[in-house]
Amino acid sequence: MQKLDIAGLQNKDGSFSGDIWGEVDTRFSYIAICCLSILKCLDKINVKKAVDYIVSCKNLDGGFGCTPGAESHAGQIFCCVGALAITGNLHHVDKDLLGWWLCERQDYESGGLNGRPEKLPDVCYSWWVLSSLIMIDRVHWIEKGKLVKFILDCQDMDNGGISDNPKDVVDIFHTYFGVAGLSLLEYPGVKPIDPAYALPVHVINRILFTK
Amino acid sequence: MDFDETVPLSQRSEWADVVPLTQDDGPNPVVPIAYKEEFRETMDYFRAIYFSDERSPRSLRLTEETLRLNSGNYTVWHFRRLVLEALNHDLFEELEFIERIAEDNSKNYQLWHHRRWVAEKLGPDVVGRELEFTRRVLSLDAKHYHAWSHRQWTLRALGGWEDELDYCHELLEADVFNNSAWNQRYYVITRSPLLGGLEAMRESEVSYTIKAILANPANESSWRYLKALYKDDKESWISDPSVSSVCLNVLSRTDCFHGFALSTLLDLLCDGLKPTNEHKDSVRALANEEPDTSLANLVCTILGRVDPIRANYWAWRKSKITVATM
Repeated sequence: MQKLDIAGLQNKDGSFSGDIWGEVDTRFSYIAICCLSILKCLDKINVKKAVDYIVSCKNLDGGFGCTPGAESHAGQIFCCVGALAITGNLHHVDKDLLGWWLCERQDYESGGLNGRPEKLPDVCYSWWVLSSLIMIDRVHWIEKGKLVKFILDCQDMDNGGISDNPKDVVDIFHTYFGVAGLSLLEYPGVKPIDPAYALPVHVINRILFTK
Repeated sequence: MDFDETVPLSQRSEWADVVPLTQDDGPNPVVPIAYKEEFRETMDYFRAIYFSDERSPRSLRLTEETLRLNSGNYTVWHFRRLVLEALNHDLFEELEFIERIAEDNSKNYQLWHHRRWVAEKLGPDVVGRELEFTRRVLSLDAKHYHAWSHRQWTLRALGGWEDELDYCHELLEADVFNNSAWNQRYYVITRSPLLGGLEAMRESEVSYTIKAILANPANESSWRYLKALYKDDKESWISDPSVSSVCLNVLSRTDCFHGFALSTLLDLLCDGLKPTNEHKDSVRALANEEPDTSLANLVCTILGRVDPIRANYWAWRKSKITVATM
């Protein structure tokens, strides 16, 4: 029953709504495609139109926004690149151009990543930017050591957890993305995570390679 | 605020006929949330009216109470819309309600979607109001992603393009590094039905952008905007003298970051620009090392030094320089 509900949320132009009342955003394209892929029924949607819609959200800087014409944003880029990766459509991405935009997110001073030009570095972008770079094979364009240091600097060494930047209070959201970022950076002791599905590799292998 | 609203729902006579519905977390809840009593009770009463589908004035008031406790609950927003329609409620008042909720937390997808739903129902009459509301939100946070998204929707669906380019300018005067404002500028010149399109606007926009670049050469957004003005038209991009001359101008200065001027020059060279002696002298003046055989090569070397965190990227760019690029 759930499978049909997700597929039923695809609109005529290929975009996806989040629920029956219609908010459209490329986040929902990613969520729908990711879920249906895990449920092994991507055939329930029009994949070509879904891809066409995502491509219509591509900007001249190589990035993607929430809707056509919206500003490129690392979070939306993760969603669009992830959806294209899962459906085997990464050839629609200008990897060199987007790779450069993504590696420009790294701040020389702190080593952290921001989500848009001239915004502050934030640990969660260690996931959105990094996973996007890995999906397009350009992760070697950022300085990994400095990013690891930034994430570790965001820890609360007394109580545990990770915050968005070294000065703020920790929360679950940034702890998850900090650890996920460290996994992508191959930090010792952290299990590998799939950059498109945001799930551990062994979980994805189990799901995708068994009936 | 009614005195009654500080009294628990179970003690309000208005709600005496309703049996609250508790949340069913199942037999073995994983990480059950420790709800505060007020929250739990309000949600129990909401569940009751939601499942009985009661679309009444008291239901409307209850959705407001619920949203004040958690404005992210999209089921409540959805039900509120059903109630608003059933009661044929004044949607202008609803715009005010949304603004009150936004005061506490405007970074909420559900709130903006609700705003769009209301504005769509009210139609072009509220275009001024929507532009004014987003302007207010942007005055507090000029890069507010939801506000920009709503503003773009407003222009598309309701109109109001006339003053948008001026508004972008206003924001860029306040902060020329505002990438959202540059993005909006591009949105306007490419989509406004009142302007002639990208090619018609190119000359004036190039002039505008060059002024901005010269005032702040370390601005990623303005350089990207400049390139975007030549979308798909490589010939014009490499042959417009003002493009290469802004690079030279910046490179001749000792008081600023050269990275974007250098990378723009690199792009021009790789796209076919034939460098003049002025270009060569300008770049060589920045080189510590002996000049390489190709100018593009030398630019990459310098970039690896002035933008060291992206050294791997500039090394890759260098490896991609073809023999044709001199």
